[in-house]
Amino acid sequence: MSQRNVIPFGPQHPVLPEPIHLDLVTEDETVVEAIPSIGFVHRGLEKLVEKKDYQDFVYVAERICGICSFMHGMTYCQAVEEVMGIAVPERALYLRTVWAELSRVHSHLMWLGLAADAFGFESLFMNCWKLREGILDIIEATTGGRVIFGSCKIGGVRRDIDGDTMKGIVEKLDRIAAEIRHTTDVFLNDYSVQHRLKEVGVMSGEEAYALGTVGPVLRASGVAMDARKIGYAAYRNLKFEPVVEKSGDCHARCRVRVREIFQSIDLIGQAARKMPEGEIAVKVTGAPSGEYFSRVEQPRGEVIYYVKANGTKNLQRFRVRTPTFANLPAMVRMLKGASIADVPNIILTVDPCISCIER
Amino acid sequence: MFFKKSPWIIHYDATSCNGCDIEVIASLTPMYDLERFGIINTGNPKHADIFVVTGSVNESSHQVVKNIYDQMPNPKVVVAVGICATSGGIFRECYNVLGGVDTVIPVDVYVPGCAARPESIIDGIIKALDILERRLVEFRKAKTEARRQEKKLRRYHLND
Repeated sequence: MSQRNVIPFGPQHPVLPEPIHLDLVTEDETVVEAIPSIGFVHRGLEKLVEKKDYQDFVYVAERICGICSFMHGMTYCQAVEEVMGIAVPERALYLRTVWAELSRVHSHLMWLGLAADAFGFESLFMNCWKLREGILDIIEATTGGRVIFGSCKIGGVRRDIDGDTMKGIVEKLDRIAAEIRHTTDVFLNDYSVQHRLKEVGVMSGEEAYALGTVGPVLRASGVAMDARKIGYAAYRNLKFEPVVEKSGDCHARCRVRVREIFQSIDLIGQAARKMPEGEIAVKVTGAPSGEYFSRVEQPRGEVIYYVKANGTKNLQRFRVRTPTFANLPAMVRMLKGASIADVPNIILTVDPCISCIER
Repeated sequence: MFFKKSPWIIHYDATSCNGCDIEVIASLTPMYDLERFGIINTGNPKHADIFVVTGSVNESSHQVVKNIYDQMPNPKVVVAVGICATSGGIFRECYNVLGGVDTVIPVDVYVPGCAARPESIIDGIIKALDILERRLVEFRKAKTEARRQEKKLRRYHLND
């Protein structure tokens, strides 16, 4: 019988820029249990709805997480729009789709870079982040911000993208896509990458479903579930199929994200072709009354917003169930039985966003 | 010995929304490339000269920030990146936010912005380099002075 040790992982750990704390109970080199403790990034912003006007709260919602900030703002706006019965102009829905897909591409590229850093492939990390800057340039040109866009508001969007710019964006994305393919081929085919990721952190489809995982983690285990299929924003008019992989290991999660990058670029192309002319926002007056659940597929999976309003300028209750929170049980389950050296890889393939979990 | 030529930084996310964190990392990657100044992002506080904090501090993270600061060897400089680290920003009214990083440790350079852009982060770190150099001179002077005092005491057998 080997001796049991507890190894603390985090909150300040080089593999992640964010603080997560895990107590890894180990026997020799094997993790027998992982006990997460969270609260290092908790700010309590759900309660802030009681102090801020419901229209100003879009800014706070965007700052739940700086990576998928636009999608957080969009989900909040969708929820309030449904409560108030606002018909958002079609063009605004398309613009939201374009920005949402751009943030998915930049988030996945960022993840690929961090994953490469976790298994010690420094040049691949640098390459992914270099490609990501191309996407950020497009975002900056159209919204003015690099990570926090501030372009979504209740009733529509704040900025328009004119036809020529949209054409330029699609052309530029095609150019970047070729470069991205060159880099992602390394993830898909390189021997050492496969050696580190294949058959590590395996989870079957049933198990993933039972644990309530969402997003790429669930799809990598063979369950085709994608909240975009509900048809919010402009997705009902676009053609796409959820990306699914069967094997459920770290490499499958990597493949799902690689394929989703190209899917998103394709979706932006489709949206640009179908984008109608017209207004980009409607005027919003009055105060919301009622409640609504809003669902959006973020880069990390499905986010659920609950909004309850009682006819005043401040919402009564606001609740967020973020994708990483749903994926935490799966992460703890995957860490069981893994070797210490694989712990950073497994944690990263969940793509944890700690500021989302704790808000 | 020039600290200015190869300072190592350590980054900690106190309660940031990730916006500033990814910009800190972005400033280390090829587009902005802080490493050309000899700056390396390290995970070990004992190796670090510059402490980059993002986000305001809360009940759990203030102790971690303090621990990392205490473990860093002298001389050291603290850079608060983003408006949350400066004053609490948009989250100032949240119940779990204590305020800016300066409520826990002394801050030398404030980099505003939400999220702070890589250009301004680099600018802030370059400002920190000058402070680091100045602090190094003071630190050496204090050390020499302490050694001189000790020598004097030993000469007169005063510290027996």
